[in-house]
Amino acid sequence: MPDLAAGLAHPYLQNALAGGLIVAVLGAFVGYFVVLRGAAFATHALSQIGFAGAAGAVLIGIEPVVGLLAFSLLGAAGLGALSLRSRTNDVGTALLLVASLGTGALFLALASNFASNVVSLLFGTIVGVDRAQVGLTAVAAACALALLAAIARPLLYATVARAAARSAGVPVVALDFAFLGIVALAAAVTVPIVGALLVFSLMLGPAAAAGCISARPGVALALAVALGAVAVFGGVAAAYETDWPVGFFIATIALLEYVAARSIAAARAGAGRGRATPAA
Amino acid sequence: MAEFFASPNVQAALVASAIVAALSAAIGYFVVLRGLSFAGHAVTDVGLTGGAGAMLLGLDPLFGLIAFSVGAATAVGAFGPRARERDVATGLVLAFALGIGAVFLHLQTKFANAQSTLLFGSIFDLDPALLRVVAAVGVFAIAAIAAMYRPLLFASVAPEVARSAGVPVRALGFAFLIVMAIGVAETAQIVGVLISTALLVGPAETAIALVRDPLRGIVCAMAIGIGVTWLGIALAFASFDWSRGAQSWPVSFFVALLALAAYVAARAYRRVRDA
Repeated sequence: MPDLAAGLAHPYLQNALAGGLIVAVLGAFVGYFVVLRGAAFATHALSQIGFAGAAGAVLIGIEPVVGLLAFSLLGAAGLGALSLRSRTNDVGTALLLVASLGTGALFLALASNFASNVVSLLFGTIVGVDRAQVGLTAVAAACALALLAAIARPLLYATVARAAARSAGVPVVALDFAFLGIVALAAAVTVPIVGALLVFSLMLGPAAAAGCISARPGVALALAVALGAVAVFGGVAAAYETDWPVGFFIATIALLEYVAARSIAAARAGAGRGRATPAA
Repeated sequence: MAEFFASPNVQAALVASAIVAALSAAIGYFVVLRGLSFAGHAVTDVGLTGGAGAMLLGLDPLFGLIAFSVGAATAVGAFGPRARERDVATGLVLAFALGIGAVFLHLQTKFANAQSTLLFGSIFDLDPALLRVVAAVGVFAIAAIAAMYRPLLFASVAPEVARSAGVPVRALGFAFLIVMAIGVAETAQIVGVLISTALLVGPAETAIALVRDPLRGIVCAMAIGIGVTWLGIALAFASFDWSRGAQSWPVSFFVALLALAAYVAARAYRRVRDA
């Protein structure tokens, strides 16, 4: 690893790690609720719906990030509206996602010469991040985390015991919308740097793995942050050594973390059963 | 419109898209009942990586699509039947496959062209030999669904009751995931990865909102699927004239929007009817 140690002197690698670690922390906290609420599909959809907005922004000649943010927030409102009074909200998510991608395809067809600009949004440009972008990500992540902290308690209540929360006067529907809005914000501001792929991996893998290991929220959150940091550091290091895309390594590490945590949980459950029935 | 139907390309497009729309609707009916929309969508996205990889190797993209889709379905199935675990596992398998796609793209920049060909499909430029493969795979998948129709319906609607009645719920779930993967891979090959999800869940959910009886619901879903696809193709064809023949708007755009519109309309209708 001497290469990497030398590489750390490069500002771009420092920026990549700083940006990645911010997303890892944000991903751990938002991801905790994403996993608990079974909102993986909505998260995936929101990070891709923004793509159509970015394509539209390129078409009319404004900053892609503006289109990204606008479409992500609109997408959050749409997802919230489609899941009102419906048990099968994942069908609505699928159709809204595909309709946005179709609209993105239309924008790209009409503005074909700028396509590559937008496609890079899918995979991100973590090794081409400058200090200003890291600062912007930090501010946006802090906003998303502050919003999440503000609604964390009622959101947790509404997530684990929806009916009870509703009868206790908790505005569960408003919380649904607020949570989707936070996911959309988190996805939109981090996608340009780390790509839709990384945002998604870092929101799901570490939080889900931590959830398998510990049921206590504090422990699980700390563990998720640590696992996210490992994924980011390992991913950036591997990408630096091999010159392969960082998204691939982070997605792989996130998946491995989850598989390992599932195995540990299964082994523990097996041992627990063994103790409970010694006669068998 | 006469020139529209006279073109052999258009005729092939209409036949092939009708087959995959009907197939998707039948599979999609169970996808909706079982809450598998995310898995259905993820499997095509994973298939995209495989299909584009196969194209670069000079193979038929259908093989890559089917291989990767079935692999993804197996992985999702192996992670367990519980909804929340499946949700997370589906997401992570999807992200992993997209990561492999990023590596392919890095190693071979032509991968982007292969990817976008498969993403948007090439419905007006189908290989006539492909039509026979499409029909064969379609017949196989429909036959598989027909063979497990009763127990699968039972297991999808009331899994606990079905289990205690001796129905192999877990095995059926796995088998269904594999058939779904093959079906969506074929649909993706014909109409594009992008809208295969729309054809999978849109018509089925619309039909469920309109019709109670399962068998009639499946037939209704097939009709909606074919209608949405054909209307989308016709609109894409007509859009040549909107820009004075300079370019046409993508079929994907119209079909995706029509599927969403049908779903929203059916939801509104159900709300009015039930009120």
